[in-house]
Amino acid sequence: MAIVFQKPKVLTDAPMHYCPGCTHGIVHRLVAQAIEELGVEGKTVGVASVGCSVMCYDYFSCDMVQAPHGRAQAVATGLKRARPENVIFTYQGDGDLAAIGTAETVHAATRGENITVIFINNAIYGMTGGQMAPTSLPGQITQTTPYGRDVNTAGYPVKVCEMLSTLDGVAFAQRVTVNNVKNVNMARKAIKKAFQNQLDGKGYSIVEVLSTCPTNWGLSPVEALKWLEENMLPYYPLGVYKDVEEGVKVK
Amino acid sequence: MKDLNIVFAGFGGQGVLFAGKVTAYAGLLADKEISWLPSYGPEMRGGTANCSVCISDRPIGSPLVTNPNVLVAMNLPSLDKFVDAVEPGGVIILDSALIDKKVERTDVSVFYIPSSALAEKEEVRGLSNMILLGKLFSQVCTSGDWAFCTDEILDAAIQKCIPPRKADMLGVNRKAIALGAQQ
Amino acid sequence: MKVLMKGNEALAQAAISAGCRHFFGYPITPQTELAAYMSKQMPKIGGTYLQAESEIAAINMVLGASAAGIRAMTSSSSPGISLKGEGISYMAGSDLPAVIINVQRGGPGLGGIQPSQADYWQATKALGHGDFQILVFAPSTVQEMVDLVSKAFDKADEYRMPAMILADGMLGQMMEPVSLPEEGEKKLPEKPWAASGHQGKRTHNIINSLYLTPDKLEALVRERYARYETVKEKEQLCEEYLTDDADLILVAYGASSRVVRSAVNKAREKGLKAGLIRPITLWPFPVNALQKAASHAKAMLAVEMSMGQMVDDVRLAINCKLPVHFYGRTGGMIPTPAQVLEQIEKLI
Repeated sequence: MAIVFQKPKVLTDAPMHYCPGCTHGIVHRLVAQAIEELGVEGKTVGVASVGCSVMCYDYFSCDMVQAPHGRAQAVATGLKRARPENVIFTYQGDGDLAAIGTAETVHAATRGENITVIFINNAIYGMTGGQMAPTSLPGQITQTTPYGRDVNTAGYPVKVCEMLSTLDGVAFAQRVTVNNVKNVNMARKAIKKAFQNQLDGKGYSIVEVLSTCPTNWGLSPVEALKWLEENMLPYYPLGVYKDVEEGVKVK
Repeated sequence: MKDLNIVFAGFGGQGVLFAGKVTAYAGLLADKEISWLPSYGPEMRGGTANCSVCISDRPIGSPLVTNPNVLVAMNLPSLDKFVDAVEPGGVIILDSALIDKKVERTDVSVFYIPSSALAEKEEVRGLSNMILLGKLFSQVCTSGDWAFCTDEILDAAIQKCIPPRKADMLGVNRKAIALGAQQ
Repeated sequence: MKVLMKGNEALAQAAISAGCRHFFGYPITPQTELAAYMSKQMPKIGGTYLQAESEIAAINMVLGASAAGIRAMTSSSSPGISLKGEGISYMAGSDLPAVIINVQRGGPGLGGIQPSQADYWQATKALGHGDFQILVFAPSTVQEMVDLVSKAFDKADEYRMPAMILADGMLGQMMEPVSLPEEGEKKLPEKPWAASGHQGKRTHNIINSLYLTPDKLEALVRERYARYETVKEKEQLCEEYLTDDADLILVAYGASSRVVRSAVNKAREKGLKAGLIRPITLWPFPVNALQKAASHAKAMLAVEMSMGQMVDDVRLAINCKLPVHFYGRTGGMIPTPAQVLEQIEKLI
């Protein structure tokens, strides 16, 4: 029988624990595909962060390290400095990367660490059950903003790609999403490029993936995609925010 | 030798830590047990600085000297701080050009050396510390109960302590030490 | 040939000699000479010196480098060690070796910058959350700092656990003559568990401290504690000084043990039978030597630069068989031999 479709070999056979409609699975696949296409599985080490994706160390077949909450990019720095020939990526959510790990993120970026950062922005804390994230939208209702995120008291969302694109150490920053086939293809290219950049020694590359959290948003998977399109895309415009190669500094 | 515990004290920048280091190195080259402990922190930026140097035939216990046999004082606050702590029978060597005061104690030997003025006059600028060190070695370290080394060892210690990039400073340091020894 | 070196610099050079090529740190008094030494030497030997954005980042860089299978080190002083506690707990939970230097200063809070031993409890009992121990070595001379750094790296690798050198501002800042180990490529142990890239030759290695199934987590912690038992059995280190006929055993480590040694000498000159047990490993605590001494001495006196922390372990070690007294100075104050002698005279 002819095989017409199979998962990338860089994904293990472990069943994923993600909720129905969650886009982590798609992004995992894109990351695995990039590693496989570049033929670097044997020298890739991934860093799992704390949040819903904490157990991605079971899903990727390369060597994996699980980092303390927020510290993934410091751990990645250690891994990369110890073995510069290896390919190091972090896989982090918005709470990990943009709240508790902001210092580690900004400083890994400004040092221009030659690593690849996959950043899942779903505007909520998933693992702990739907609290406000640094990326929750103004007015967004969460478990800890039951009256909607009030920017007067809770402040504004952190726009990670915009912020990091101002740093000289950053080689590549692109925001993508995976809500339809066209955008999945765009995300696939961006992620592969972020890995290729590391192989080319270009420096810090981050891909921010706007993602859904149907469970904690309280929506069906289809409604969640619609919510992302109507609310997140206007606030977090897709695009390349920085690409040293293309000469784009700030969009 | 009798156990020798020295306090070097003065303003930050006068070279008290360096003088202590040369003394400690001389102890090392003379095959003695030694320790050198600086005061550290904000005082290194212009406040009072001091260091403790212990030299002995036996392993050094506490490297912090609270009752020195010898005090080298380079300013008045340092003399005031340590004068009463010096052990009876001990020695005080001070820069009399900067310290306009006589020691009232009669149970210690005091040497008044106008070292900062001498340094200016004899063209060994900034080496007041080494002039006092010269006196310390001629008076205490190479003769008497506390003697632990020779002039040759002191010279070897200076060579160890002056970094290669400042090798041209060796001559003036030797001159300042000789000057102190003659006082 | 002996050289005169500051404790902080000697710690750094010893780490380099032990094969450490990756140092991650953050400036803090009174350990800064260590980082400065590393920043000067590491580039010359193809190593990494990285000044991190925080103590937290620094320990996690060590975690990453250690996970990659190489020897890594960080250093700090008391307030910075508190920040590293999180990462050290994760490393213990992930069975990662590394060496952490604490050049202690006075606390709590920002405290002071003068020497202290008030982080004993933190180092031996409460460095982070969860059931775990780390190896804790307490040097008392600059030479011993050199020797113990090498040992700490070896033992950390052997038992796959973090090791700490618990020094203090006095030892870090003072200079003493030291013999440095011979330079040369040290043969380092293989680390087949490391996340170093599987090269298609094995299944993937996972460095992890997360176990959501209680029975699995319990089993792993028990396995680790079985290893700790071996450590307790084989790795206790201490120095005994004039203890054989001593009526009063003083117990002190690190800087305060130097003061106590002077006081014991003075006591002996007066005919007072005092002796010193100086723990070199604080974890594992040298229980065996203390128990042996408790069989013939009449009392013990713990002397610390704290309000009394190790003294608890002395009582536990001898099961309160003898009266255990305490004398301490804190906040950066260093006891004098005369003050300790006065205590000895009171007790004998």
